[in-house]
Amino acid sequence: MSKDPINDKSIRSMIQEKKYARSQSAVMEKLAPKIFLICAVISIFTTLGIIFTLLTETFTFFNRVSIVEFLTNTRWFPFTSDKNADYGILALVMGTLTITAIAMVVAIPVGLAAAIYLSEYASAKTRKFIKPILEVLAGVPTIVYGFFALTFVTPLLDKIIPGGISTFNALSPGIVVGIMIIPMIASLSEDAMNAVPNSMREAALALGATRFEVAVTVVLPAALSGVIASFVLGISRAIGETMIVTIAGGSRPTTDINVTESIQTMTAYIVQVSQGDTGYGTTIYYSIYAVGMTLFLFTLMMNLLAQFISRKFREEY
Amino acid sequence: MELTINRQVVEKYQTPSEQLKPVFTVNHLNLWYGQDHALKDLKFDIPEKQVTAIIGPSGCGKSTFIKTLNRMVEMVQGVRISGEIKYREKNIFDPKYRVEELRTLVGMVFQKPNPFPKSIYENIAYGPRIHGIKNKKVLDQVVEKSLRGAAIWDEVKDRLNENAYGLSGGQQQRLCIARCLAIEPDVILMDEPTSALDPVSTLKVEELIQELKKEYSIVIVTHNMQQAARISDCTAFFLNGEVIEYTNTSKLFSHPSDKRTEDYITGRFG
Amino acid sequence: MSLINKEIVHKRLIKRMTANRFAKFGFILATSFSLMVLGVLIYRILVEGLHYLSFEFITNFASRIPERAGIWAALLGTLWIMAVTAPVSFILGVGTAIYLEEYAKKNAFTKFIQINIANLAGVPSIVFGLLGLTIFVRLAGLGSSVLAGGLTMSLLILPVIVVASQEAIRTVPREIREASFGMGATKWQTIRRIVFPAALPGILTGTILALSRAVGETAPLLVLGALAYVAFVPENLFSQFTVLPIQLYNWTSRPQEEFHMLAASGIIILMVILLIMNSIAVFIRNKFHKRS
Repeated sequence: MSKDPINDKSIRSMIQEKKYARSQSAVMEKLAPKIFLICAVISIFTTLGIIFTLLTETFTFFNRVSIVEFLTNTRWFPFTSDKNADYGILALVMGTLTITAIAMVVAIPVGLAAAIYLSEYASAKTRKFIKPILEVLAGVPTIVYGFFALTFVTPLLDKIIPGGISTFNALSPGIVVGIMIIPMIASLSEDAMNAVPNSMREAALALGATRFEVAVTVVLPAALSGVIASFVLGISRAIGETMIVTIAGGSRPTTDINVTESIQTMTAYIVQVSQGDTGYGTTIYYSIYAVGMTLFLFTLMMNLLAQFISRKFREEY
Repeated sequence: MELTINRQVVEKYQTPSEQLKPVFTVNHLNLWYGQDHALKDLKFDIPEKQVTAIIGPSGCGKSTFIKTLNRMVEMVQGVRISGEIKYREKNIFDPKYRVEELRTLVGMVFQKPNPFPKSIYENIAYGPRIHGIKNKKVLDQVVEKSLRGAAIWDEVKDRLNENAYGLSGGQQQRLCIARCLAIEPDVILMDEPTSALDPVSTLKVEELIQELKKEYSIVIVTHNMQQAARISDCTAFFLNGEVIEYTNTSKLFSHPSDKRTEDYITGRFG
Repeated sequence: MSLINKEIVHKRLIKRMTANRFAKFGFILATSFSLMVLGVLIYRILVEGLHYLSFEFITNFASRIPERAGIWAALLGTLWIMAVTAPVSFILGVGTAIYLEEYAKKNAFTKFIQINIANLAGVPSIVFGLLGLTIFVRLAGLGSSVLAGGLTMSLLILPVIVVASQEAIRTVPREIREASFGMGATKWQTIRRIVFPAALPGILTGTILALSRAVGETAPLLVLGALAYVAFVPENLFSQFTVLPIQLYNWTSRPQEEFHMLAASGIIILMVILLIMNSIAVFIRNKFHKRS
């Protein structure tokens, strides 16, 4: 009997005796918040790192190429002797915007229509079937989409379009970037539309409105900020998309846009330089940071705009 | 109006009065949510230009029933319905009968005020607009007439372009009634319209219902027996998906013929 | 005096219902477009890729001769990168989430961290490549190594893990925290023994999904200087490397049809890996949902 420690002492006295455990945990108690704070601060350092990196290297670039030339020249042709090189970002920006515009023409109507179908028409069963498929579509790596653009969409367009299409062109990667963004716009827009309370749909239906009228005259206006924010985020994604446009878009920077011809985007240029044998410290090496900076500013603006829209115009139901 | 009860008719086919023309005739109506038998073989009339109250404890099927009258109940997944409801001689479950058409004639006011996040004017004009009325002058008239009809015109006439969310709860509910009136329905269904309102607002809505009954047939679900006694002409007592008693209101509350009705109205359960 | 002409309303009804029907058809069409694309994509890849798919394809190194080419170096490179990315991003991500949810006060600094994380999630992956190139490859002198690549990838997926972990921690009911505090447990004890275990399934699901995104990423590692043609397996954290998507990019960008078919074979392997990772994530999520 007396060997059983529980019968010798009360639990309370055992807890009180275990002071060593207290002191040990007291150290962790003080340390834990500090350790976790360091983790949290690393995310801030990442942002600072990005800004620092882009700024310093871009600064070096602008020591060699004037900022005026960078912003006003319409030609981008760095792979030549330094004297003849052209560094007009406009050519790359035009390439990027062309891809983005084509992508949005595909992604906005299809994504929005899918969102309306899922939130306003589909039964719970259908939704359960379609949403995972959209998730799979969203999880397909961009390299796979790039392969698809080059080996399927481009040959298909070549057959459809009278007069054919170049092996590398803006149209095919533009469409595929759009396809890539559909799930994102569909799911974000659907979230926004789902947040509209059912009582509003009921009110409209009880007045004799059709499902379509409910969607267009009640749900969409109420969810508009979320829906527009999803478009803006889609634009941001399209601007930053790299592999699809690198594989299927070509490497011919130009401001003279023809969607059946080859173009080059900002992202594709950065890949092209990293793939080549450009040495560290050359003007071309620094140029990818200037391009990266431009790209970063474009996407940052879009992301801030999306946040602003969804915060500023949020409906309180 | 003198309401007389025909005993024999009550046995087979319940109606509060043989002398009143029915607007709805419910016949062998059954409704299931999945396995749950929510409405059991209902058979009765709802009279025209009267206020018909539906009372009963929570979960007795009263809300389900009123939502069946304009087929809003079909929005719930897994609902099955058998039997028929005739609205002015037409079976509303007839596949050829358009639900949108039914709902332009049978308006509904919900438990919680549910204005659209639009201006007061646009809330009222919404119904006429979707039904194709675009003429600004007509719309202006409809808006004024409906708001007057819902006794809220004087309170909002100077701020028609302000967001409806700025109104108080009671005002919002009267706005919703006005929105319902704007498409000139024949029947108005009210699903516990005052349950989210304070006593003063409740009184205003009750007074409004008394006014509205001159032009419209009204069906109101309420969990508040005093309210049913105050405003309705006929009352149906629902219990477990069945109509236990259905007669003119004063009779039901003074001389209930069923023990269960008596227990309920005297507060012994529910 | 009725302001509304019932006749006209009735006549318009047919028109409105037809519009509804057409619109619904259009919406269904748009939704099935996405499903169709996925079908065509999978079909095309299977048709092109099954030819070269074999056991040797997995165990061989890359080669100029399509019949002898394989993905061994790329596959192990991907594994090495994950071996760095998974622990680093998990620790940093979960740590950040615990700080924000459990310790942080509601002040401007906390809000700043939160907004910062949201914005990081929107930075294009290629910009992370530029960050890694300057900070890890050049400044830290790591070269185009597994370590540099893994750290860059960790920063890339960090926001995703933070957000997923925060959501998981938020779903832990307040009551069980209070129960723990009520028995005299300290904050750290409660976090370690109650909150973290309860949130773990959600955290793991989010982490696996984030890692599967990293497995498919190409651009940042290309910018870092990962090699496109590698005939060796990384030996340690400072070895040069390639990864599966870069190998696929290399094959896709060659003009010969044979290499496109090799790329398709590699895509099958990549997609199978992602499918397995996603299945595990879904499995954890479902198991967790059943319990609660």
